[in-house]
Amino acid sequence: MDPINVIRSRTVVMPSSNIDTDQIIPARFLTTTTREGLGAALFADWRYDAAGQPKADFVLNRPEARGCQILVAGRNIGCGSSREHAPWALLDYGFRAVISTEIADIFRSNSLKNGLLPVVVDAATHGWLVANPGAEVEVDLPATALRLPDGRSAQFPVEAFARYCLMNGVDELGYLLGQADAIAAYERRAG
Amino acid sequence: MTAKTLFEKVWERHVVVPETPDTPAVLYIDLHLTHEVTSPQAFSVLRSRGLKVRRPDRTLVTMDHSTPTDTAQIFGGKPIALESAAKQIRQLEQNCAEFGLDLIGLQDDRRGIVHIIGPELGATQPGKTIVCGDSHTSTHGAFGALAFGIGTTEVGYVLATQCLLQRKPRTFAIEVSNRLAPGVSAKDLVLAIIGRIGVNGGTGHVIEYRGSAIEALSMDERMTVCNMSIEAGARAGMVAPDETTFAYLRGRPRAPQGEAWERAVADWHALRTDDGAAFDQVVQFDAAAIEPMVTYGTNPGMVAPISGCVPERPGDAVFARALEYMGLTPGASLRDQPVQVVFVGSCTNARLSDLESAARVLAGRKVAPGVRMLVVPGSQQIKHEAEARGLAKVFTDAGAEWRESGCSMCLGMNGDTVPQGQYCVSTSNRNFEGRQGIGARTLLASPATAAATAVRGRITDPREFLN
Repeated sequence: MDPINVIRSRTVVMPSSNIDTDQIIPARFLTTTTREGLGAALFADWRYDAAGQPKADFVLNRPEARGCQILVAGRNIGCGSSREHAPWALLDYGFRAVISTEIADIFRSNSLKNGLLPVVVDAATHGWLVANPGAEVEVDLPATALRLPDGRSAQFPVEAFARYCLMNGVDELGYLLGQADAIAAYERRAG
Repeated sequence: MTAKTLFEKVWERHVVVPETPDTPAVLYIDLHLTHEVTSPQAFSVLRSRGLKVRRPDRTLVTMDHSTPTDTAQIFGGKPIALESAAKQIRQLEQNCAEFGLDLIGLQDDRRGIVHIIGPELGATQPGKTIVCGDSHTSTHGAFGALAFGIGTTEVGYVLATQCLLQRKPRTFAIEVSNRLAPGVSAKDLVLAIIGRIGVNGGTGHVIEYRGSAIEALSMDERMTVCNMSIEAGARAGMVAPDETTFAYLRGRPRAPQGEAWERAVADWHALRTDDGAAFDQVVQFDAAAIEPMVTYGTNPGMVAPISGCVPERPGDAVFARALEYMGLTPGASLRDQPVQVVFVGSCTNARLSDLESAARVLAGRKVAPGVRMLVVPGSQQIKHEAEARGLAKVFTDAGAEWRESGCSMCLGMNGDTVPQGQYCVSTSNRNFEGRQGIGARTLLASPATAAATAVRGRITDPREFLN
């Protein structure tokens, strides 16, 4: 996993609330046994028509969406299924951060573990982002701050250990494996 | 001593290393349920790092999501129709062989939906921590376990260390007084709860369902309620264990036996929220006021009583888009909405009592012309029991299809799908766009409502069939 520091990009805005992980990647794509290549299936049913052609009116199919690394979504993005294929698909497509006023628990946890930064901001900041699609913004993980083009910034919360892992490009498994003695002691105690 | 909630008691028993401002708690996991869809990439990580499965004895593996429900494909030697699903099933078989895990495989008599066989085998027990790479792991909270869904990276962590890093969630009491009326089920109750608190109402919280209406529920019904906790956004849902819980578990293959059983029950009695313990949130419901419920939109919070109408929300573009997808208009009556497909199944409503509830309505009646009804038992054990009790015959006599167990049409990844634009009354848990097939329109309801609707071919209040 590459370390995350500052992500600077234009935004893509999908203002709908409750975008569930079935929309991010429909279940029929989950018979894969690897995590690669899922970007092609990202938002498949919103993005393609029955013949598999891109729908011109879908936001990701517009020319200005190309190269954008930050997705601004409505409240409660990532609700529903625990499928980690959702952040895998977003990352494979090219997104590196998701901004909303509220992000569903399992999706947020899965995103943190893969280097997709979940950014929860206040309603006023979110409202500005929704009203200004394509704005060039800066997500600063070390400072836990989102900076808007007009110079304003908003703080966002990131769990301390997850932030450490993201900034150093490591996962939590090394830390957990390092707890082997404590785990063995717990197992002896608990029986 | 400080008064504690049920959740706090279970949490504290499993803290290996307490949390600090810099690090989450290391939480021990007693039971890890694993299936074919969310595990392959986790086994790949173990392989690439040269790691073993720490506790194969605490890992229960089966296949349910992408498995066929067609008998010929499971027992008749007919190839599995979906090649990618067949590959995923073979991959799980190889992973289990390589990492020394017992697998409840495709033809195993103990197989079924992972959240149905955990309790059925007695592996799900009060006070345990239980995780699975599946959001409906919340089901197991019905036994007073702390059970929650995780992603594939965390599946790998649990395989390797039997632990997870977790921040302590907040607590949410849902208190339900009185009793459910005849013809009103646990499914209707949980849909009413989600309708009130919203699909994000439980985010960051563990719910404890409490009160006289909850205490009166059977284990099957408590599982239905806890199952859909995730549809309110909650990490988990729990019910304090009681005599109903112990009676269900006694004698099951993986439950404690003999003296160990007596010791376990004595311990489980302590797993109750202390008087005076505080919850971060409390919401109250009157069970007697709840009617059969049906969803009309594209998330489980878009739900109304069966006698009601599709609400009006002028100016709400997301709401309007959901109704457009569903082909419904504000103010339209839910009753008498025509349907083309009826699905009875899923980890929410495919236990024996659910099938009995549907069969009571269907007995001596026929599925309406032009309606396809699929009945998919939650496990092979339930399938056998339903056949022995004559329920399967009620379904097939009525013209319904009777299948092998699995997740099936709940998420359609095994090929059991609802055609584009068709309406399906489903006893499953999610009415998301495309959940049951591209363009499928799902109306969530109870097994009794599904059966009544199958008979009429349009949304029907099951209480019309009660006498």
